[in-house]
Amino acid sequence: MRQSRFVRNIWLGIENLLLHKLRSFLTMLGVVFGVGSVVAMLSVGEGASKEALEQIRKLGSNNIIITSVKSADDEAASTTHSHMSIYGLTYEDQLRVEETFNTIRETAPVKLIRKEARLGERSMELRVVGTTPQWFDLVQRPIIAGRVLNEADNQEQSPVAVLTEFGARKILATKNTIGQSLRIGGDYFEIVGIIKSESGEAGNIQIPDQQVDVYISLQLAKKYFGDVFYKQTSGTRTLEMVELHQIIVQVDDTDHVESTAAGLEKMLSKFHKKKDYIVSVPLALLRQAEATKRTFNIVLGSIAGISLLVGGIGIMNIMLASVTERTREIGIRRAIGAQRKQIITQFLIETVVLSTIGGLVGVGIGVLIPVLITAVSGMPTVITLTSILLPLIISAGIGILFGLYPAARAAKVDPIIALRHE
Amino acid sequence: MIEQSETHSSEDMVRLEDAHKIYQMGTEQVNALAGVTVSFKRGSFWAIMGPSGSGKSTMMNILGCLDRLSKGRYFLEGDDVSTLNDNSLSELRLRRLGFIFQSFNLIQQLSVQRNIELPLYYLGWEADKSAKRAKELAEQVGLESRLNHKPTELSGGQMQRVAIARALANDPNIIFADEPTGNLDSTTGEQILQMLIDLNRLGKTIIMVTHEPYIAKHAQYQLHMKDGLIDRIDGGGDETK
Repeated sequence: MRQSRFVRNIWLGIENLLLHKLRSFLTMLGVVFGVGSVVAMLSVGEGASKEALEQIRKLGSNNIIITSVKSADDEAASTTHSHMSIYGLTYEDQLRVEETFNTIRETAPVKLIRKEARLGERSMELRVVGTTPQWFDLVQRPIIAGRVLNEADNQEQSPVAVLTEFGARKILATKNTIGQSLRIGGDYFEIVGIIKSESGEAGNIQIPDQQVDVYISLQLAKKYFGDVFYKQTSGTRTLEMVELHQIIVQVDDTDHVESTAAGLEKMLSKFHKKKDYIVSVPLALLRQAEATKRTFNIVLGSIAGISLLVGGIGIMNIMLASVTERTREIGIRRAIGAQRKQIITQFLIETVVLSTIGGLVGVGIGVLIPVLITAVSGMPTVITLTSILLPLIISAGIGILFGLYPAARAAKVDPIIALRHE
Repeated sequence: MIEQSETHSSEDMVRLEDAHKIYQMGTEQVNALAGVTVSFKRGSFWAIMGPSGSGKSTMMNILGCLDRLSKGRYFLEGDDVSTLNDNSLSELRLRRLGFIFQSFNLIQQLSVQRNIELPLYYLGWEADKSAKRAKELAEQVGLESRLNHKPTELSGGQMQRVAIARALANDPNIIFADEPTGNLDSTTGEQILQMLIDLNRLGKTIIMVTHEPYIAKHAQYQLHMKDGLIDRIDGGGDETK
């Protein structure tokens, strides 16, 4: 009964708005664009943060990656004199890191060598990753076939290798995958497993794995390929000696990541004369991404907020004009016995209906915009239920907020004066 | 209270006791009603006359519960309504009073049916029941074929008949008519007047403001106002019922 009366009130409101179709449509526009921009903004923001989170997930949010780099003055020296430069992380470093910090759960040493790999007539340059089985804990990727390296491989120095899906497709082609013998440099390795890689071909300094990786045990890499590398840079060959190119560290708790990273930095500086390493923290990147997103949201949120405010003021303006125009109608209703609160309800329902319909149309537009953005620029956008419901609730709220004053004005109309009003 | 029972008769539809209405106009005070005491019996038909500024409109507003007295008391069917607040007065108008105006005061955007249904809407009637009642009332005033028309499509006489139908929707005991024939030609005006006479025969108390003597003479009593006071009351002798 009460419900049906409420519905009837809404229908009466809609009927009244339909009497002035163009005016109602124009009044709505402000809210339409306001809500549309909020929905679009939320979905773009959501898309950006989802992408950032995806990135962090690839890196491992509890991981710290220490990478060997040539220090700046060493770099300068090696171009003028041809001598062997020795830099980077050492085997000792890894042991020290593992023993010093009780917040560290696991570490994986990484030795990187670029080598030509050959299988029958096919060949390609691979990035040989000499590491321990811990790598596969720290850089978790789905196994496509076979297995990953295990402790036995490491201890027995078995000549086995794990390829990435990309490498497997390129080099193994249609032949049976597991069990093939792959020549890397001058040595043969049995392929025991294939895993997926989440990085691109070129990789990214922050992402530990690459598409062209082949994983072998660190001991074997040390034994077969040694610690000294020739490096070809613009015609001149330089010798470099690097024991470990990376150490991947996993911390036991997200809360300890930043303090551990600071500790690592401090400890390494004691043992390295030159700054020939970089400690990078994926979590810091996440924080940065979140901070960027927050700024982004504040800026876009204020723009959207202002446009909603403008929309609301537009509604209020028209409703005030409407109250003046309908003074006589209000007077008639009051004379017949309508109470003030019933007049307020009538006008409030009209504004809320107006702003809510505006909100619905706005959501429609706001959903289209991110779809277009994704189609045109490839930027990821995510439309969530919240990003639709929130602006809808806000638009109804705007109807109430900006409808209250005109409705109160309507209720103040004195029937005696209103009925004389021509 | 004892005094009240002496002066109050159950036959009184409406009674004013020492009714004052004072308006503040700048620094000046205007006594629109300057102490009026009068009773209108149940089932009577009154015409209130008087020049402009005589207080007849103010009296109408007071009697119609659209305005409140500055001083004095107003009894409607025996109930003291002089101190009621705005909500209660609205409630009173909605449930017990009927209004007819000179300029009809129909809502232009609403159909005839919706206009007639307006009091029923505020009374909370259900839609189908209310539509049925509107149809009956339209038949009673001879406009059943115009239910879906807008007031702008009707003649003045038809509009006033819609207004009468609307005034009857809540089945009031008393109807206030503020110059109901003022905007109509004499033939149409007489038709409307005849409808009021018929309603009076059905037992409705009718209080009508008019300045046309030939209309006023059809009422049972003619009350003449002057300077916020009752000048004289004519009629009452010829009971035509």
